[in-house]
Amino acid sequence: MKFGVVVFPGSNCDEDAFHAAKDVFGQDAEYLWHKDTALKGADVVILPGGFAHGDYLRTGAMARFSPIMGAVRGFAERGGPVLGICNGFQILLEAGLLPGAMLRNRGLKYRCEHVHLRVEQTDTPFTAAAVAGQVLRIPIGHGEGNYFAPADMLEAIERNRQVVLRYTDPHGKVDEAWNPNGSINAVAGVCNEARNVVGMMPHPERACEALLGGVDGRAVFESVIKTFRLADLRRAQVPA
Amino acid sequence: MRARVFVTLKPSVFDPQGRTIAEALHSLGYANVDDVRQGKYFELDLQTEEASAARKIAAEVADKVLANPVIESYKIEVD
Repeated sequence: MKFGVVVFPGSNCDEDAFHAAKDVFGQDAEYLWHKDTALKGADVVILPGGFAHGDYLRTGAMARFSPIMGAVRGFAERGGPVLGICNGFQILLEAGLLPGAMLRNRGLKYRCEHVHLRVEQTDTPFTAAAVAGQVLRIPIGHGEGNYFAPADMLEAIERNRQVVLRYTDPHGKVDEAWNPNGSINAVAGVCNEARNVVGMMPHPERACEALLGGVDGRAVFESVIKTFRLADLRRAQVPA
Repeated sequence: MRARVFVTLKPSVFDPQGRTIAEALHSLGYANVDDVRQGKYFELDLQTEEASAARKIAAEVADKVLANPVIESYKIEVD
């Protein structure tokens, strides 16, 4: 399958995502410049981490006006899998493709460390190869990852099972002491109602090789590759 | 005309920066400061000479760019 990795001015995890897709998983991968208006045949789109357009006003606030976002929005509305990692998650929130918003970390500090995540939902293209309740150890690196949603929105997100990943202790128990940024309900990742668009603050692309200190991020890439292969099989089985 | 746009977090949204500043003020002896909310302030120099037009442009810019309606509200002054 083909990964499209969007590059905004200020993206800095684009090469990591590209490397994971291409070199670790042997998939096709192509960069998509933010001024492009087409996805060049990508089967999955990744909005990578970084500081798109400098993040001067709010994180992700300007990136949603980049020309490529029209194509990403159309792709998402047709059911295409879209993953926003860190700044990419912030962009999806600002673009309204995911519910909620980001605040400064509760402790005001930039946090750069490994965290533990519990997989809450496995019916998204980015968690389909994981087991519900599985605990992943994946690094974060952000100053504004304090997820927030107003009470009614939060209630709807929980009711619709849109919280995909939650910060927990190493055993998968939600504990405020292990919530690195103050996110409401310990939310580390959410999906849209259609479940094809996922945003997460931790960086799975930085946790795909043992050399980098862990391989738990592989589950995210393996999930989308598995989802694509299953869809391909189904297409092949439809009688002509 | 000039429009001034004040963007602040909604009252229901926790403001970690404002809280930290309030705590710093308390440690400086300002026990009479109950709370601090931090926000953003924008000055827009506009070509129009009509207050209503200036207000309309500022509101459009605030809605579209300057404020995130999920967490922030704004108020506008023109002169």
